[in-house]
Amino acid sequence: MKIHEYQAKEIFSRYQIPVTREVLCFTPDEVVAATEKLCLPVVVKAQVLAGGRGKAGGVKLARTVESARESATQILGMDIKGYTVEKVLVAEGVKFSSEFYVGLTIDRNTKSVIFMASKEGGVEIEEVAKENPEAILKFPIEADLGMTPFFARKIAFALFDDISLVKQAADLFQKLYKIFIETDSSLVEINPLVLTDEGKLLALDGKMNFDDNALFRQAEIEALNEPNEDELKELAAKEKGLTYIRLDGNIGCMVNGAGLAMATMDLIKYFGGNPANFLDIGGSSNPQKVIDAMELILSDKNVKVVMINIFGGITRCDDVARGLVAALDQMKVEVPIVVRLAGTNSKEGLEIIQKANLPVVETMSQAAQKAISLCNELSK
Amino acid sequence: MSILVNKNTKLIVQGITGRDGSFHAGKMKAYGTNVVGGVSPGKGGQLVDGIPVFNTVAEAMKATNANTSIIFVPAPLAADAILEASEAGVDLVIAISEGVPTLDMVKVIPYLKKNGTKLIGSNCPGLISPDEALVGILPGNIFMKGNVGLMSRSGTLTYEMVYQLTNQGLGQSTCVGIGGDPVAGLYYQELLQMFEDDPETKAIVLIGEIGGDAEERAAQYIKEHITKPVVAFIAGQSAPPGKRMGHAGAIISSGSGTAEEKIAAFEAVGVPVARRPVEIPELIKKLLKLN
Repeated sequence: MKIHEYQAKEIFSRYQIPVTREVLCFTPDEVVAATEKLCLPVVVKAQVLAGGRGKAGGVKLARTVESARESATQILGMDIKGYTVEKVLVAEGVKFSSEFYVGLTIDRNTKSVIFMASKEGGVEIEEVAKENPEAILKFPIEADLGMTPFFARKIAFALFDDISLVKQAADLFQKLYKIFIETDSSLVEINPLVLTDEGKLLALDGKMNFDDNALFRQAEIEALNEPNEDELKELAAKEKGLTYIRLDGNIGCMVNGAGLAMATMDLIKYFGGNPANFLDIGGSSNPQKVIDAMELILSDKNVKVVMINIFGGITRCDDVARGLVAALDQMKVEVPIVVRLAGTNSKEGLEIIQKANLPVVETMSQAAQKAISLCNELSK
Repeated sequence: MSILVNKNTKLIVQGITGRDGSFHAGKMKAYGTNVVGGVSPGKGGQLVDGIPVFNTVAEAMKATNANTSIIFVPAPLAADAILEASEAGVDLVIAISEGVPTLDMVKVIPYLKKNGTKLIGSNCPGLISPDEALVGILPGNIFMKGNVGLMSRSGTLTYEMVYQLTNQGLGQSTCVGIGGDPVAGLYYQELLQMFEDDPETKAIVLIGEIGGDAEERAAQYIKEHITKPVVAFIAGQSAPPGKRMGHAGAIISSGSGTAEEKIAAFEAVGVPVARRPVEIPELIKKLLKLN
């Protein structure tokens, strides 16, 4: 789960990490009022749950009230990577001498929380990572020790020479780590962390992502969730025990298991087709689940063919087949369906499917090819 | 021979009185696994499928001398269950529970290291050494004893692969589902080494997926340490960036962790990568004849 910059900075403030003075606004008039309150210059920043706002023109410096209004008018309603900008953050313009990057994330390799720091702040950190990976310093943190004062100082000394700055930074790093742990984050970033002309460290921007698996114990964080249309659909699916992700193709997929679901999409692509979705129905043969899954797939009007790929493990194929036939009896499905069942009791399952006059195939490859050829025929 | 689990495995089931725990305890026992006990706090003294239930892992260990534990408790309690097993002196812990918070796993890992406890998972289907022991939720009937060692980040895709191997007469020494979470126990490198050291294993199949750089690291490890033939498959070649594909770990973020990068890493060290699951048995047959 992701949150907006202004929300991340609210959390930073709560932990006494200095952030820019700023006001969240929904209209150009509010932006003007905020600008007058904050004093010029100000920065008007789009608040969307996508990266690359600056490049998309979603961040503008305003030196006059009129240009603040103009920037707000331009940015509000703008589309950034599929997200419509509905709110902007108006932040005081700050004079600073240098920019840094600091961030915390999970490192799969050391299986620990890792602190990342760089003197090359203010630019996209992914680019630094690609072009100049040595510029990003990495410090894995021992879980049972946490961010001890000496360790925070060690990181700070890698960025600063001045001892008063080192102390300021070390204190900030400890707070940042505390935030990471206490909110079950998967990413906390300040980019840039600036050194102001007054000699203070300040978070000019903030980014936080959270571990979805831990939201059950982070009610306050979960309340900040603002799912978009696609994500709402994904959440509704999850409540029914389905994992659904909409894609842009025309072959609907129903598969049991995430890995097999990915491999099924890959196979469709391999043979020149285009999957409409990722859908993992999990390990149940409950007809209701198949109905829910079918409804979800068909709610995407691009879907021309549905390909069902079930590998029976603990789940028996004959059970799945009965579920499928029951599901299709209960709902009207107008698009062609291709079924592939393999694994436990597949022979019995295939007989049931055949009796219901559905086309069955033996292998994944055949299923993908059949789905694609049906799709091509319909497109003619 | 085989790796990690075999005829000498003595298994306890944590969460044995739950729906999944009791169901799979029965399945594992029916397969022939030596299931010696179960744990469920407050239910000590009961029997599940003829398996004695204990209140604590320590108690179960004392009574049964088990060496392996499998965990079916709900995700919020899973980390604690892993710690309990480790504290009681279990050698190998398999955590099936799905949806364990990542920071819980981060906390658990150093403690296991200190105790010398091996962990598989969380969020994994478990493992099997065919005809010896099934410790997990894998469908035992599709496996066949043989010489292919397999490791995988996903469940049903593993079954698909194994099914094809078995149909082609290629049996398996041990198949391990390492799980789809970002922070997990034993991973490619450790398992590659175990298969390398296992005389029964003649070829290794590695089934990876998008996200992270574990496959790239595995490729490097194969180049430096593994002499046996390895073939790979990567799921998620068509996945778009920024979308989590079911598994918490399966996400392409900021242009890294893509299937292309992983495939290139394997091919650069001479590990053939199957573009479709059906190619795996062909590749192994080819390599085994060559070797």
